[in-house]
Amino acid sequence: MKIAVFIETHNAQGIRSAKEALTAARSLNAEIVGITTSNADALHQFAEYGLTTCITVSHDLLATYSSTAIASAVAQAAKSANANVVMFGGNASGKEIAPRVAVKLQAGYIPDVVEVQDANGALQCVRPVFAGKAREHVKATTTVTVVTLRPNVFTAKAVGGGAVTTSAFTPELTGNDAKVKTTGVTRNEGKLDVLEADIIVSGGRGMKGPEHFTLVEDLAKPLGAAVGASRAVVDAGWRPHGDQVGQTGKTVSPSLYVACGISGAVQHLAGMSSSKVIVAINKDKEAPIFKVADYGIIGDVFEVLPKLTAKIKEVTGK
Amino acid sequence: MNILVCISQVPDTTAKIVINSAGNAVDPAGIKFILNPYDEYAIEEGLRLREKFTGTVTAVTVGGDSAKEILRTALAMGVDKAVIIKNAEKSDSFSVAKNIADYATTLNPDVILLGRQSIDYDSFQMSGTLGELMNMASVSMVSKLEITGTDVAMERDIEGGKESVQTSLPCVIGVQKGINEPRYPKLPDIMKAKSKPIEEFSPSSQETRVQTITMDIPASKRVGKILGDTDADIAEFVRLLHEDAKAF
Ligand SMILES: Cc1cc2nc3c(=O)[nH]c(=O)nc-3n(C[C@H](O)[C@H](O)[C@H](O)COP(=O)(O)OP(=O)(O)OC[C@H]3O[C@@H](n4cnc5c(N)ncnc54)[C@H](O)[C@@H]3O)c2cc1C
Ligand SMILES: Nc1ncnc2c1ncn2[C@@H]1O[C@H](COP(=O)(O)O)[C@@H](O)[C@H]1O
Repeated sequence: MKIAVFIETHNAQGIRSAKEALTAARSLNAEIVGITTSNADALHQFAEYGLTTCITVSHDLLATYSSTAIASAVAQAAKSANANVVMFGGNASGKEIAPRVAVKLQAGYIPDVVEVQDANGALQCVRPVFAGKAREHVKATTTVTVVTLRPNVFTAKAVGGGAVTTSAFTPELTGNDAKVKTTGVTRNEGKLDVLEADIIVSGGRGMKGPEHFTLVEDLAKPLGAAVGASRAVVDAGWRPHGDQVGQTGKTVSPSLYVACGISGAVQHLAGMSSSKVIVAINKDKEAPIFKVADYGIIGDVFEVLPKLTAKIKEVTGK
Repeated sequence: MNILVCISQVPDTTAKIVINSAGNAVDPAGIKFILNPYDEYAIEEGLRLREKFTGTVTAVTVGGDSAKEILRTALAMGVDKAVIIKNAEKSDSFSVAKNIADYATTLNPDVILLGRQSIDYDSFQMSGTLGELMNMASVSMVSKLEITGTDVAMERDIEGGKESVQTSLPCVIGVQKGINEPRYPKLPDIMKAKSKPIEEFSPSSQETRVQTITMDIPASKRVGKILGDTDADIAEFVRLLHEDAKAF
């Protein structure tokens, strides 16, 4: 198996989902080559995660970020490397580029993968379906397979790397490839996004009103966590739409997910059930959230959260 | 403006999922099917573009006979034309996209609207796959859309913020919650939609590229340690999280 891993940086910072893809690729018995359209100077950040060889793709039309131009360039580079698997982190850009690469390579595309496995030299993947109520084991019937990995599921493991050998590649691109252009990016300043957080503390209708979300924020602070929300509280206007976790919100897999006053409706679970550790605080011992929780407290959030925050502060010293 | 909206029929999110006896698909018996929630935004956006620029809105779905129901919903909301492409028993996202591309080629749309993802298989790929097959620009996760002449300006949701994106018509757009508030069809329109014609289109191929080998129900591997709310419980809870689970 030869796996090409899409190596992405944002402002010269190696992004986590690309490191996770390297870790996933390394778990297979395969030759691995990186493909990047970023500056080669940033590659040492990936050496630590097992990157040893990388194709550096450059072209004038890649100077302005264009998802369609990158898709054309990556497809050509993967072809030149004779890769039979092309792997992307499933972040917003990976999910945008990968399906186009798959069509260009006449490859089967497998999105949102949570497990990879070598089945007699072919890649077999597991992915959650029906809001996580079932899983499917799938493989492509084509020579090449393109996959995106669900973020935060394959924990990026450092292996202590050395140098990265690079080879330059110039794709053939025309203006038609650069149909889509990114003209700007606005960041939610000073606020950690649930998609980027390692720990998430979410509040639901059990918080009783927007003014009580300070209790959730207070708990998030010593944990360095992002604040999430159920749809019920987003619909009620208590929290912004971007905070919503669940089937019609964001799909997250943090290392710790804390649900405060959230019942655990199936649509909420769809967005967080692949979290590594799930914690619930709810006054109803029958709440479905306890069925998926590793640890739980049956109690009133208004009494439990301040005590919990104080105890956690003792441990973290923050 | 010639507008094509792609819609899909999915199980109601609360439906209980049972795997068939062959162990490779979901048993549809007893499942209530609905219009994919994201596709309501796509239909609404299509209707708003028509209100602004005039033209026609066509809704298309790839599915079995029962999928006609969601086309009736689209008709009740106000689309001009509804088309069903009957799919083979074995289909995948590629074959669905290819079927739609075949139809779209005959229609020659200025814009193709889709939902962000279908909530059954969550494959999140249709806009890119269809865009590439049509040799059109594609943008997904769009929460704001502005068309001026042939210029298309959009905002899409990304980790920790928004990305501004530009392209030109014709293009494929996958829309996301936040772009609009879908209208509810009115009762007289629901009644009228029942007798409107639904066109059938036969696709040229049923090529698939991904195969489901098996399907299963995940076993819960959760610790399931549930405590009370005394001070001692809370102290033990924090210790478990910190020392046993090493969660922070
Ligand atoms: C198509 C569709 C898509 C959806 N998508 C999403 C989605 O993406 N995300 C999502 O979250 N939901 C989604 N939903 C909604 C979902 O079905 C639930 O309605 C929602 O998750 C409920 O939110 P909640 O848990 O905050 O509220 P509730 O279900 O009302 O639960 C509140 C919980 O708080 C507990 N509680 C109350 N007071 C206290 C207290 N003082 N102390 C401790 N606990 C207390 C209660 O016991 C209860 O369990 C979707 C629904 C549909 C139909
Ligand atoms: N069978 C189908 N027929 C028509 N459109 C579909 C079908 N499946 C998916 N789509 C469209 O593609 C979008 C994204 O779906 P997916 O990529 O499958 O998650 C949906 O929101 C629909 O707009």
